[in-house]
Amino acid sequence: MRFETAAAPHVIAGFTVPRVMFQVLLALLPVSVAHVLVFGPGLLLQLAIACPTALACEAVALRWRGHAAGSFLRDGSVLVTAALLALCVTPLLPWWLTAAGVAAAVLLGKHAFGGLGQNAFNPAMVGYAALLVSCPAEMTRWPLPLVDGAHSWGDLATLTVHSFYAGTSAIVPPWDAYTGATALDSLRTGLGQRYTMGEILAQPQFGALGGAGFQWINVAALLGGAFLLARGIVRWHIPVAFLAGLLLPAAVAHGLDPGANAGPLFHAFSGATMLGACFIATDPVSAATSDRGRVVYGFCIGLLVFLIRRWGVYPDGVAFAVLLMNAAVPLIDRYTVPRIHGHPRH
Amino acid sequence: MASASAFPAGLRLPAHKSEALAPAIAIAPAPSQAIVSLDQGSGRAALPCVEAGERVRVGTAIGIDPETRNRVLHAPVAGVIRAVEPRVSATGTGHGLCVVIDNDGTGDRDPALEPIDDAERMPAPQWIECLANSGVVGLGGAAFPTAVKLAAALAREATHLVLNGAECEPWICCDDALMRARAPRILLGARLLLRASGAGHCTIAVEDDKPEAIAALKAAFSSQPDERITIRAVPAVYPAGAERQLLTTITGIEVPSGSVPSQSGLLCQNVGTAAAVADFAVTGEPCIRRIVTINGSGVVRPGNLDALIGTPIAELMAHCGGYRGTPERLIAGGPLTGRALPDDGIGLTKAMNCLVAASTLDLAPRGAEMPCIRCGNCANVCPAGLLPQQLQRSAQAGELEQAGAWGLLDCIECACCDYVCPSRIPLTQRFCEAKSALAAREERLRRAGDARWRFERHQARLQADAEAERRAFDEARRRARNDGAS
Repeated sequence: MRFETAAAPHVIAGFTVPRVMFQVLLALLPVSVAHVLVFGPGLLLQLAIACPTALACEAVALRWRGHAAGSFLRDGSVLVTAALLALCVTPLLPWWLTAAGVAAAVLLGKHAFGGLGQNAFNPAMVGYAALLVSCPAEMTRWPLPLVDGAHSWGDLATLTVHSFYAGTSAIVPPWDAYTGATALDSLRTGLGQRYTMGEILAQPQFGALGGAGFQWINVAALLGGAFLLARGIVRWHIPVAFLAGLLLPAAVAHGLDPGANAGPLFHAFSGATMLGACFIATDPVSAATSDRGRVVYGFCIGLLVFLIRRWGVYPDGVAFAVLLMNAAVPLIDRYTVPRIHGHPRH
Repeated sequence: MASASAFPAGLRLPAHKSEALAPAIAIAPAPSQAIVSLDQGSGRAALPCVEAGERVRVGTAIGIDPETRNRVLHAPVAGVIRAVEPRVSATGTGHGLCVVIDNDGTGDRDPALEPIDDAERMPAPQWIECLANSGVVGLGGAAFPTAVKLAAALAREATHLVLNGAECEPWICCDDALMRARAPRILLGARLLLRASGAGHCTIAVEDDKPEAIAALKAAFSSQPDERITIRAVPAVYPAGAERQLLTTITGIEVPSGSVPSQSGLLCQNVGTAAAVADFAVTGEPCIRRIVTINGSGVVRPGNLDALIGTPIAELMAHCGGYRGTPERLIAGGPLTGRALPDDGIGLTKAMNCLVAASTLDLAPRGAEMPCIRCGNCANVCPAGLLPQQLQRSAQAGELEQAGAWGLLDCIECACCDYVCPSRIPLTQRFCEAKSALAAREERLRRAGDARWRFERHQARLQADAEAERRAFDEARRRARNDGAS
């Protein structure tokens, strides 16, 4: 009797790239819910423009590059990029800016380098950085979180829709009533104006853990990260090293001069800390290769976030920290090659 | 019994062994026609020393080693050689020279076969010499001649013998069955191997998911204690039984890259090989049979068979109740490293520890290959500590130099990386191809070097000749002038 032959191995596990990407999207669910509860429906609008734009850009780029679009479009990686970018930008961002950011992420960040698996930089952060340096005013206009009953969800929804369709509506939204500096912003300006930490932290933008509203988003992101860890999609090296790189210097600085430095708890639960630690820095394509390399990589991102928050001109620094360390990956990889079994220890 | 240190990487896989282990080892009937491949799986084919029409008896040598002229292959049945011809085979390119013997059913034993009673007291070199003509090879799957390994261990004064009973790959359970049923033989084999190799210690390593095998070995051990031998459980993680990894688990020594275990004073043999050595000493019969696991959901009654080498696989399957439905694939070896065979008319070889009649239930469809997303799962499970994601990038780009720097030659082809790759990249296959390409290139370079050496020598010779001729001419002219002058 004759049989078909094939190369070994004859069994493989059920992991696939689409499944990995789907689990990442699933893990983004808690943080998305928290985002909508805290900042209104803006995220949903952002997702509604980001995801189709991303898919369209992916299809166009694949066509340009002469690939069959089918399987690559279904791999879900471009949706992860779109969702991360939508979560990072302000929910008030006009739709065309979001679309431009996503286009930059997918076309410039991903396909210019050769598509899935080839991008040296985190595509979502390429899109974010492109938007931040192009339109700093729009990018930093955050709604006040819905925490103290300062305004209603309905008002915020109206404002968000106005802002999202910016330019098509004659009504000038009453920005001052609904938007304001984020906690990280207030910290920066407060310290710049020589307020004490106590005075700064008494402002409504600050919550028990970190920034008001932002703290819940961070908690939710941490939950999603725990899910990814438990499922083995993400391993501990990057998130733990990221948090160590951010929180250890923050703790030291706070210990040395508590009046001028926010504590590690504040850093942990403000801005994009947990989203960065669990979802952004952990993008495997643009991260360092070996476990040891990933520890170095994560730690340096955390450290850069601390440095940018403390001394940089931007209130939060996750995007730039990630992009800078993406650029350093070849260097890290060169010095962190693991020892092969049977090779001498150095 | 000491517990082994934790295995650093690898996979925990569903074993699929209990069904085949339930029945006792069955003796497969002798085939009416034995098809004995001259390459038994080591990649080195023996030279046939018989011709068509010749009569052979059980145990008569039919193949010799091309270099050492040792008798390495023996007739499993008595009868007439029908042909020595190329057939579909389980090795190399898929075709190889086979000796086909028509069984006359008499079972006549070669009268020259005699038990070796004093093997335990024989000087090691003499005992190795006996084994070199016994046809005993590594029965774990590599089919490397045992005597060659023993001679290397003896020459390098190896101190530690490790008997590999880990048997980590799913489906395969011939060693487990053997340890349960014939533990005393294994212990005798251990003593005989200690004698041959000159080693002072022997550790029998068994995976901790085989408590029955460990109990059987311990029972045999307590009736015949030997302070040189210890039995040790190792964690049931694939590939715990890979030679280099097992030696590290047991001894803590890493065999340096590019060298063989004997250079580190170590020797690793399969438990099946130990039993074969003992069988040879006790009965005088060369290695003409082995235990093979018949498994997979494509066979009616999975089990372990004690079968003659050369028995067509179809007959082994028939002895296990035949195929269930139409199996998708016939695999010699396990599901991770096994070779898919094109035909079940192939004769059993010494390298075949397991035959899986795999139905679609047992196989995982590979799906389309996607780009590497550098997730690192492969590096996470690699027992050799490689970065398969980097290695495959170099291998695919044809950068053999760089692939070598990433440890291409340290890859043990266990396929753990393939198993976990979400992008379905055929990593192991790619590494094998790169290894072949590297070997081919080195061969080319070597030949080019040889050719240059020959060319340069030729040039030097021509130059020397011309020089000599010129000198002779000068000399003659000078002499002529002198003669003229005088």
